Amino acid sequence: MIQGLLAFLRNAWRGLTTMRTALILLALLALGALPGALLPQRQLDKARVEKYITDHGWWGQLLDRLQFYDVYSSVWFSAVYFLLFVSLVGCLAPRTAEYLRQVRAKPVITPRNLSRLPHHDRATVDRDVDEVIAAARSALRGWRIAESTEDNGARTVSAERGYLRETGNLVFHFALLGLVVAFAIGKLYSYSGQVAVVATGTQFCNSGLLSYDSFTPGLRVDGTDLDPFCVRVNGFRASYLPTGEADTFDADMDYQSGGDLSTGTWRHYDLRVNEPLRTVGDRVYLIGHGYAPEFTVIFPDGQQRSSTVQWPPADPTTLLSAGTTTFDPPNTTDPAELRKHQLAITGLLAPTAVYDGTLLSSAFPAAFDPAVAVDVYRGDLGNNSGLSHSLLTIDQSMVDQGRLVKQARQNLKPGEEIKLDDGTRIRFDKVEQFVQLQISHDPTQVFVLVFAVLMLVGLAGSLTIKRRRLWIRAAPADAEAAGERTVVEVGGLARTDQAGYGEEFTKLATHLLAVTSADRRGT
Amino acid sequence: MLVNATLAHYSDWFYASAVVVYVLAMAFYLVEQGMTKTRRQRERELVAVGGGDPALADQVPGEPTEEPPARGRDRADRIGRMGMALNVLGVLLHAAAVLLRGLAVGRVPWGNMYEYDSAVCLVALVTWLVLVRKFDVRRLSAFVLLPVVVLLFLGGTMLYSTASPLQPALQSYWLVIHVSAAITATGLLLVAGVASLLYLARAGNERDPRRLARFASRLPAADVLDRLAYRVTVLAFPLFTFGVICGAIWAESAWGRFWGWDPKETCAFVAWVCYAAYLHARATAGWRGNRAAMVNVVAFAVMVFNLFFINLVTVGFHSYAGVA
Repeated sequence: MIQGLLAFLRNAWRGLTTMRTALILLALLALGALPGALLPQRQLDKARVEKYITDHGWWGQLLDRLQFYDVYSSVWFSAVYFLLFVSLVGCLAPRTAEYLRQVRAKPVITPRNLSRLPHHDRATVDRDVDEVIAAARSALRGWRIAESTEDNGARTVSAERGYLRETGNLVFHFALLGLVVAFAIGKLYSYSGQVAVVATGTQFCNSGLLSYDSFTPGLRVDGTDLDPFCVRVNGFRASYLPTGEADTFDADMDYQSGGDLSTGTWRHYDLRVNEPLRTVGDRVYLIGHGYAPEFTVIFPDGQQRSSTVQWPPADPTTLLSAGTTTFDPPNTTDPAELRKHQLAITGLLAPTAVYDGTLLSSAFPAAFDPAVAVDVYRGDLGNNSGLSHSLLTIDQSMVDQGRLVKQARQNLKPGEEIKLDDGTRIRFDKVEQFVQLQISHDPTQVFVLVFAVLMLVGLAGSLTIKRRRLWIRAAPADAEAAGERTVVEVGGLARTDQAGYGEEFTKLATHLLAVTSADRRGT
Repeated sequence: MLVNATLAHYSDWFYASAVVVYVLAMAFYLVEQGMTKTRRQRERELVAVGGGDPALADQVPGEPTEEPPARGRDRADRIGRMGMALNVLGVLLHAAAVLLRGLAVGRVPWGNMYEYDSAVCLVALVTWLVLVRKFDVRRLSAFVLLPVVVLLFLGGTMLYSTASPLQPALQSYWLVIHVSAAITATGLLLVAGVASLLYLARAGNERDPRRLARFASRLPAADVLDRLAYRVTVLAFPLFTFGVICGAIWAESAWGRFWGWDPKETCAFVAWVCYAAYLHARATAGWRGNRAAMVNVVAFAVMVFNLFFINLVTVGFHSYAGVA
């Protein structure tokens, strides 16, 4: 029983570690990764996944159950790369042992019949055997050589070189293992989050999950122990070509981290695309930008409130943006009263306004002639219900229930205002800009890089270096004629299937045989 | 940086001329290939001459040593040389088109899909010209020119975009390194893919001479094609790996993560795994030869899929096609 089990395990292990299995697993890995490029993935875009599922009915749901929207964390994908991993270890372990043995081994003894080798050359020369061997020894510098003497007085040299091929091959595969491990650990301890910051000197501090608009933690990150640092965005500049295509983005920013936090020192940084701020193990990226309209509400009692909130771009080329700005009435502590008089300004913002009738759209992404087209609602925003709500739109169910009622619809230019029936005035002051920042943290990425570079080095070695052998036999000639004292034979064998050894062999062989010819002329 | 419209115009003109010259060169090469004797014709000739050495009859073109000094061969050779001359002229025009595009926009000439496609084709043809010097495979040039002409035609019509500066995300020195590595690797792999396809045709014919008799029996020996494909892939694979690593480094500084399974990244990974499988297959008993060649062809198909489908159809970070 136990023997049977052991036999099964042994066979399974042998089967798993064969090259054929590895090839099939490689094919499965490629095949399994492909759906991730073709189907929407949760990790990249949750909304598209939901839309895809609803658009495709039972088919979409089946794919969901089979984890096709989370390919890279799915059971089947993990199974394939885990098996490949085991197969690789099973292949590398014996090869490493063999490699260590070979590194210390001497080159194999010279075969009896060198003319049977793929590369072979032969000449009779006017030198004695020892001279030929000495010449060979100096010609084969860089080769590992072993010499021996045969019964009939012939002396041989066996030489081998190109051990670095196997070294490179092993380095590549071990580095690959290391890379996968580092990548996996990184997935546990990394995090990334996004936040929009209005570029009017607003601060963002990396103090916890709540400071972010969205946050993606690694499996071992709970958001309590983030690296503390703060950034302050003072301004943002974008330049555009006449066609409306963006040319440069540049956020003028201050930051403090480490000891600066306690001393209150701010350091300046120009944040650009491709040039993240790197500080205390975190990176801050500029990944987007847009406009934030400033509205001022003058309540009937004369009190004023101002608010500047980002309205994200709806059209990336013209930066026509959509959003909502909300106000609570002042001096109201009674929740019931509050929920009757909340205000929402929702609509579109165009940095360079053009009108089709009264319909607002944008002609250019820069704020040459900004305008907004807004609806003003009053009533219960529904943001005290305890349910999550979006900052960017109003709660349509409140409108449907009649608890949030539209008061006005109007196009505004900066400085223009809307007057509501109760005397409340809503003024569109101006537009500011906001930047979308991403904060990323990945403690193992530098190790991944090191392993990737090692892989490349190993790969270059294992694909360019040839493992090859060379043998020389120098035997005294039978009948010693003038100038013909020694018969020299050279044989060569490339141990890898790579062509190209022929040229090197010919060069070496002619050198070995020609050295002696030159000497003959000399003596 | 403003666009120099005159240079851009000249670039387009050179591009179109290069395509026309390539088509002409292809015609010459095809004639040469057609005039090359099939195996059976060669055997018959050798028997007629009386040189009945069966070992010689088995030998196939590919090694420059055997070149029957027949008159038909001479004419074929002349036509092949004309094809080669046109081919070189085409490459010069093509290189001028790429260079002028770069000068016109004051940056590296691979900032959108049209330019990328054009550069890949240029690398493939330069690679091929180098290979023709080392291997006796000149008459196969038409089979390399065919996909190149198709790609250039698609590039010039479907993918064409006017000369314009780079969007901010692409303004990085990694564009020079990462994309040039990708272009060189893809160009090389195109040649390897063609060689493997021809290998499949030839190997099938060697097993059963009736298969593709008229076409495949004029091709060089299967092992020559196999060696060609392998040599080029061995060169391209580390380059491709380098390109992917550079892409990861760039992604880290542009998008905040070095690897995020973006469709383009995923597809590059799939192609990389396929090429790794090819290299392993070629060293595995039972997979050497036909199966390895098939893996190589599939791998190149993934590269083409990555270029067209991923850039044009899917939504991802690599949406720089610039195709309206």
